[in-house]
Amino acid sequence: MAELKFIGGYPEYMRQLIEVVNKTRPQRKDYTPKPMSMEEREEVLKLCHPDFAPGGKRQIMFGPNAGDLAPNEVVDLLEAHPLINPDEFVITAPDFSVDLLIIGGGLAGTAAALLANDNGVKAEDILLVNKLRHGDSNSMMAEGGTQAADRENDSPVIHYIDTIGGGHFANKPEVVEALVNDAPFVMEWLCKLGVIFDRNPDGSFVEKAFGGGSRLRMHACRDYTGLEELRVLRDEFRCRNIPCLEFYPAIEFLTDGNRVTGAILYNLETGEYKIVQAKAVILATGGFGRLHIRGFPTTNHYGATADGIVLAYRVGAKLRDTDTVQYHPTGAAYPQQIIGLLLTEKLRGMGAQPLNIDGEAFVYPLEPRDVEAASFIRECYVREKGIVTPTGMRGVWLDIPLIDVRNGPGTIEKSFPGMFRMFKRFDIDIRKDPVLVFPTLHYQNGGVETDPWGRTNVEGLWVAGEVSGGVHGKNRLMGNSTLDCLVFGRRAGISTAQYLKTNPSFGKLTLEHLKKYKKMMEEAGIKTKRKAPILFPDYRGKAVLARKIDIF
Amino acid sequence: MADEKKNIMDEIAEANKSVVTGIDEKDILHWIHISILGKKYRVPAGLTIMQAMEFAGYRFIRSCGCRAGFCGACTTVYRIEGDYRLKTALACQTRAEDGMYLVQIPFTPAQRANYDIEQLSPSIESLLRIYPEILKCLGCNTCTKACPQEIDVMEYIACGKRGDIEKMAEISFDCIQCGLCAIRCPAELAQYNYAQFARRLHGKYQLSIPEHLQKRIEEIRQGKFESELKRLMSAPVEELRKIYTSRVIEKE
Repeated sequence: MAELKFIGGYPEYMRQLIEVVNKTRPQRKDYTPKPMSMEEREEVLKLCHPDFAPGGKRQIMFGPNAGDLAPNEVVDLLEAHPLINPDEFVITAPDFSVDLLIIGGGLAGTAAALLANDNGVKAEDILLVNKLRHGDSNSMMAEGGTQAADRENDSPVIHYIDTIGGGHFANKPEVVEALVNDAPFVMEWLCKLGVIFDRNPDGSFVEKAFGGGSRLRMHACRDYTGLEELRVLRDEFRCRNIPCLEFYPAIEFLTDGNRVTGAILYNLETGEYKIVQAKAVILATGGFGRLHIRGFPTTNHYGATADGIVLAYRVGAKLRDTDTVQYHPTGAAYPQQIIGLLLTEKLRGMGAQPLNIDGEAFVYPLEPRDVEAASFIRECYVREKGIVTPTGMRGVWLDIPLIDVRNGPGTIEKSFPGMFRMFKRFDIDIRKDPVLVFPTLHYQNGGVETDPWGRTNVEGLWVAGEVSGGVHGKNRLMGNSTLDCLVFGRRAGISTAQYLKTNPSFGKLTLEHLKKYKKMMEEAGIKTKRKAPILFPDYRGKAVLARKIDIF
Repeated sequence: MADEKKNIMDEIAEANKSVVTGIDEKDILHWIHISILGKKYRVPAGLTIMQAMEFAGYRFIRSCGCRAGFCGACTTVYRIEGDYRLKTALACQTRAEDGMYLVQIPFTPAQRANYDIEQLSPSIESLLRIYPEILKCLGCNTCTKACPQEIDVMEYIACGKRGDIEKMAEISFDCIQCGLCAIRCPAELAQYNYAQFARRLHGKYQLSIPEHLQKRIEEIRQGKFESELKRLMSAPVEELRKIYTSRVIEKE
């Protein structure tokens, strides 16, 4: 390793391979491989998608989803003890009594707060709690865009077909209908709040292609779409003085035995707990990328540790589509410092091509994500045509410079300032050189089942965003995640506001559900010391942990 | 066949080990020394500042967010041994280097104003009413030098002082609101909050709601797509599959 000479961020041997890419670029300018047939898609998925490879999953043994398959890393957390002992824990008088408790301040949770407020819930009757800072979420990291069928040749019907086809026809129809119908309204709402979407000179939206889509429907804010949407919603939230707690994760729900009536919060710095009593609760805690399912690196936020499904399952909420995980085809595979980080699908939407070691375009660049990812794995591990990094990872090239060849010089820097900046920090100029990519763990396809208003089978509990399941079926399309958060965050806000108008009373605060849960675990014969939610991954050095003394 | 598939996933997991489960000491070829809050640690070369701190035994609660350069949580101030200058970086996007003296700033207690966005105009009057202190800018350029996103912060503040809200929005667009500009500013400004305000004014008042969007909203309100959607919702999968495979893919 010491002898590796770097030129423009790449070691010499990779530099030589880049020459091959440069050589084939002119021929590829007007060439795109054909999309796969449904049969070809199925073949590559079966052969190379991590969801289909043996191992990695097991059955959930108890509860509403007994018998369903889920990744081992997820089942481990469902088969885990609470962080508190329900037989000893003292539920004090509530520290907060609110009409509406929202857990999680990404796009879904923040949108929910605003719409609840718009629909009559007073700011001071809402409480938004965050594990980290308000806005710390996968939403913030969404690069590519938001789908909304708002062009003449497009329609919610076509958006519907694209979405359920991408989801392998396993999506829940009623929630997809809500998604596609609300999308244009969401765009209007965001514009009115001041979100700056990319525009054409005539003021119309710039709309781009994306994997699995049949129309140009991707609305972006450069490659900072989630950041722009979220910082505007958060600013509006702050302007309205809605109460908010940070570094206060919810570690357990409280129930009256059936209905969710509040939650236990945990002060990450002092270790003190707080009791919240609420008439309605919206869970919007996001996904599970930091569980590193099947040992994959992830694009996800530090806090994406499946807390939401753990808490929801303990109060009897029904999950769905837990058997599939989304691996984004284009995670960074080089340099070492950014392995797993996202390279937005918009790059391929604007012309970047995946290539093998011979500089050949081996796959249609805009297959649905699962198909695209599986074809990369096939190229690297079955056909042995990947490029090996100095640390032994394999990947395929993503020929980003082709974007400028196809769209004119300057396009890359203007449309992808985030990507340009990220690679520049490691001496790589994406205007001139391709980058190495490999699938990375990206999205929790399934989650808590809801109706089109975010209601669950548990009274008092609404769910919105990545923690929910159904709208994406077995595979989510690009631009449908920010949309999911916005549509169902808003709907959960509206729905809880309507519910609160019926003047429900506060419920009793107990941990009866945990006692039931422990009993179910025992009856299923599960013996474990695991505890959940885990709140954060642990990346501390092994040598340090081996010498650690736990004093305080 | 089954074995082959398992091997692929094992091979991938093995290749990813250094990122997911941490590096084994025996696999480390090169070491560097860094100082975290004044304490020296030996860490492997080639990690980000964040990864290096974790290797050294730190488990983050503060100063760690998206780990991908989008959230501004891991704001870091450092100095390299032998150099007098203080530099700034995002810990998740910067390679740890030998001789770094590191400290992180997890929070900026900068003032931000509350306003009703519906009651404003995209003008210098709005900006000065909400944030009059913007006029105190000394033009020293410290903010620009501090920005880990390399945004020309001083320039957008100058735009604001001229009332050019659009330009202020455009230049500041890539801001991740880490707060370093405000921390370093000798005139005690909170630039990133003014930029947020300017972008909202621009997005709301200087960009219109596109006609094609308004038209679609009207069509949905009138129920134009309702019956077709309802039909698809109860259609058998075979029919849906047929519709899906016969889609015509629009080209750019």
